[in-house]
Amino acid sequence: MARLVVDPVTRIEGHLRIEAQVDGGKVSDAWSAGTMFRGIELILQNRDPREAWIWAQRICGVCTMVHALASVRAVEDALQIDVPENARIVRDLIAGSQMVQDHVVHFYHLHALDWVDVAAALKADPVKTASIAQSISDYDKSSPSYFRGIQQRVKGVVDSGQLSLFASGYWGHPAYRLPPEVDLLAVAHYLEALTWQKDFIRIHAVLGGKNPHPQSFLVGGMSTAMDPNEPDAVINPERIDLLRKLVKSGRQFVEQVYIPDVLAIAPLYKDWFSLGQGVGNYLSYGDYSSGNEKDPNTFLFPRGAIFDRDLSKVHPVDPTKISEFVSHSWYEYSNGDSNGKHPYQGETNPKYSGPKPPYDQLDVDKKYSWLKAPRYDGKPMEVGPLARMVVGYAAGQKDIKEAVDGALKALNAPPTVLFSTLGRIAARALESQLMARRLETWVDQLDDNLAHGKVTTFNPIRWDPSTWPSSAKGYGWHEAPRGSLGHWVEISGKSIKNYQAVVPTTWNAGPRDPQGQRGPYEASLLGTPIADPARPLEILRTVHSFDPCIACAVHVIDAQGRNYSIPRLD
Amino acid sequence: MLAPETDIRTALARRGITRRQLVKFCSATLGLLALPERYLAQTVAAVGKAKKPVLVWLQFQDCTGCSESILRSDHPTVADVVLDLLSWEYHEVIMAGAGDYANRALDRVVQEDKGKYLVVVEGAIPTAENGIHCTIGGRTALEIAEKVCRNAAATIAVGACAFDGGLVRAKPNPTGALGVQEAVPGIKVINMAGCPHNPANTSAVLVHYLTFNDLPALDQYNRPLFAYGRIIHDQCERRAHYDAGRFVTEWGDEGHRKGWCLYKMGCKGPAATFNCPIVQWNDHTSWPIRAGHGCIACASPRFWDHMSPFYERLPSVPGFGVEVSATELGLGLTGAVLAGVTAHGLIQLIKPAPKPPAPPPAETKPLAETRKES
Repeated sequence: MARLVVDPVTRIEGHLRIEAQVDGGKVSDAWSAGTMFRGIELILQNRDPREAWIWAQRICGVCTMVHALASVRAVEDALQIDVPENARIVRDLIAGSQMVQDHVVHFYHLHALDWVDVAAALKADPVKTASIAQSISDYDKSSPSYFRGIQQRVKGVVDSGQLSLFASGYWGHPAYRLPPEVDLLAVAHYLEALTWQKDFIRIHAVLGGKNPHPQSFLVGGMSTAMDPNEPDAVINPERIDLLRKLVKSGRQFVEQVYIPDVLAIAPLYKDWFSLGQGVGNYLSYGDYSSGNEKDPNTFLFPRGAIFDRDLSKVHPVDPTKISEFVSHSWYEYSNGDSNGKHPYQGETNPKYSGPKPPYDQLDVDKKYSWLKAPRYDGKPMEVGPLARMVVGYAAGQKDIKEAVDGALKALNAPPTVLFSTLGRIAARALESQLMARRLETWVDQLDDNLAHGKVTTFNPIRWDPSTWPSSAKGYGWHEAPRGSLGHWVEISGKSIKNYQAVVPTTWNAGPRDPQGQRGPYEASLLGTPIADPARPLEILRTVHSFDPCIACAVHVIDAQGRNYSIPRLD
Repeated sequence: MLAPETDIRTALARRGITRRQLVKFCSATLGLLALPERYLAQTVAAVGKAKKPVLVWLQFQDCTGCSESILRSDHPTVADVVLDLLSWEYHEVIMAGAGDYANRALDRVVQEDKGKYLVVVEGAIPTAENGIHCTIGGRTALEIAEKVCRNAAATIAVGACAFDGGLVRAKPNPTGALGVQEAVPGIKVINMAGCPHNPANTSAVLVHYLTFNDLPALDQYNRPLFAYGRIIHDQCERRAHYDAGRFVTEWGDEGHRKGWCLYKMGCKGPAATFNCPIVQWNDHTSWPIRAGHGCIACASPRFWDHMSPFYERLPSVPGFGVEVSATELGLGLTGAVLAGVTAHGLIQLIKPAPKPPAPPPAETKPLAETRKES
């Protein structure tokens, strides 16, 4: 038995370490560890809840803005503020464009190199690549000379002997299986996506001043003042035109490049439709209302839970059933580490008990991660695009059902293939398409409101802290690109008493719980074939299929701010 | 091994860059750096060099926002040129290799290019409990920074966290986080402050370094003067409204829709230095004040603690009063800004804001009505 360590897991957000036990060429057990801690929730204590979003947003700069949204929703829930329709639409546009951009970047820049051998693209015949490209899509960059140019560029980098970011790849690994022509196609689109993503995300600059970390959220609405006749208004007809152009480019890229590429590559890796299955429980808080945000029946992504891959029953989501465990995390609970704690009752005592660095191996029988282990009704749950598509499919949501059935038909496969590494990739692509279409609707609605003088973007009812109750608590949920995100806030005496975030990657990448139940990453790695232990490409494939975001996942919960043990240096 | 590139033209052609594109990029960069055109030939030659200098990018207590920011490089050819301009050999978020392969790539650079490579650092460095709050490959961030930055030609600290610890260091600083220049004292460092850093400025610094083999002129915080030498308020597109006493007084009010000054809503522009209003973000699309929200002074030292609460008007912000030592905010700046704000504040007390010059557009409802509606 060999212990295999992947640290750093690259092409992810943050600092993740995977340790895996390999037996007879397969993973027999696995442990997922977050190796970085900041303590942002602790830093938030005693600050003005109206600005919590500015701080919380910095939990992550990849899925930037998702924590801003969850934060303002939590404070608005606590202070009982309804936001105007325009603010909802602008928030959905910012969040929805984030989802589309994030998914494309994930597929091409964070995940593709697990499936695409860049070096092999040099052997491709550009004429054949062009004919493949033209057979799967109407995308205009598909001529032999275009692909020849891309190939020359890659050759230039290789010939120079300085391979830059590509120097340390597992090129030539036996698990790479694409024909060189498809490798070349994917490399070309890797470069196209690099340019497209920075243009498309200008949506955030229009509606938030910049990306990453747009700066236009407010507790009670958005700072994006609207006026049909003012050149200096944040949203005016000129800016609507720009938004329209940008969302159109998003839909085009997703439909002409991203979706066809996924459908072209997936059938060449069919065994990955049964590998990487994971825990088989799926959770979605639901999001993106077409009207009343408080009514989950209006959501594009329905709310619900699925257990044991049983698509015949969608369970309702009860917020009180969420708890976090620390039996294998570097924290202590005052009443013992075998108990779980609901976010409202959470407490913190970060206490590192791992090996002294530099170290080779973690003591995985004890505590081994900065991530906590969230559970729903005591069960580990997978969250993210696959969970959303599975819940939506089982709930019979029309758009999702159509999209999933269409893809299954194209792949000639039953719904059970969804529960896999490739299933996650397919689900991410499908929801990108649903979202890219929805963005156009929101721009139309915004334009319509502007034209009819409906310009309210802010509800001032509780801006003044003197209007607040002496204490209040609330929570805000959001379906972020990587899954169900929740912030819980307790306000007392005009400032934050307690702030907590339970984050998608904590659900997915968390360690074992007191019952010894593995987290979704850990469970999904069981049975993974390892062709070459020195180059564990197969582990990357499954871990990357979740799109890890570790900075998000590591956080502190502190009920009273008293149990805190790390010395203050300031 | 194949033959190394020998001349600029061949090297550029191989990278798919025309000479015209290169000259255009270099010219724009010189403009940003406020350098005269006579340096153009030298810049073009340096940027087109056959053998690319090596760069490694380290991520510690970060959110990856600064990596994302460099991926948004705005000039159409910046992403191409920056990626081709240097041999970017380690950057966890986008590099092909992982685990041992990644660690070895970093170790190889430190050994083989000792004293010659550039290192970019993103994120703060935790120092409490011997640095156990951030480990990569089993090694602490502190150990890695010490080794990689110490052996580099220069360190470029991007973002607030690498500059001075940023948000991670905000009270109560749970992990003893520090910026690079404090965690690894004595190294040659340039701080690209901001949350995140602006990729146009960082690209300009890279080009400057490649051309002149040195860093541009720095201020007392080791930030380049070309980007951090001027007060935001002085460059702001809404400055005329401030001078005329036209202020936003409630989110969504008439002044807000017309793009008036955000000072009364807590804007920190008068206390912050950065070229944000000029360079802007995402292909010069916008910047925070253009999006209707006040500046949070994200490029200023220790801004999280010193410039918050973010919705308090400047003179009431703790840390901006007389009790703060001048060195903490910058000697010249404090006096000038305080004088400016106080003077204008007094004028406001005496002279109420003028009536709006024109009635609101017919299509929009009066504020009272919109309030009822929401």
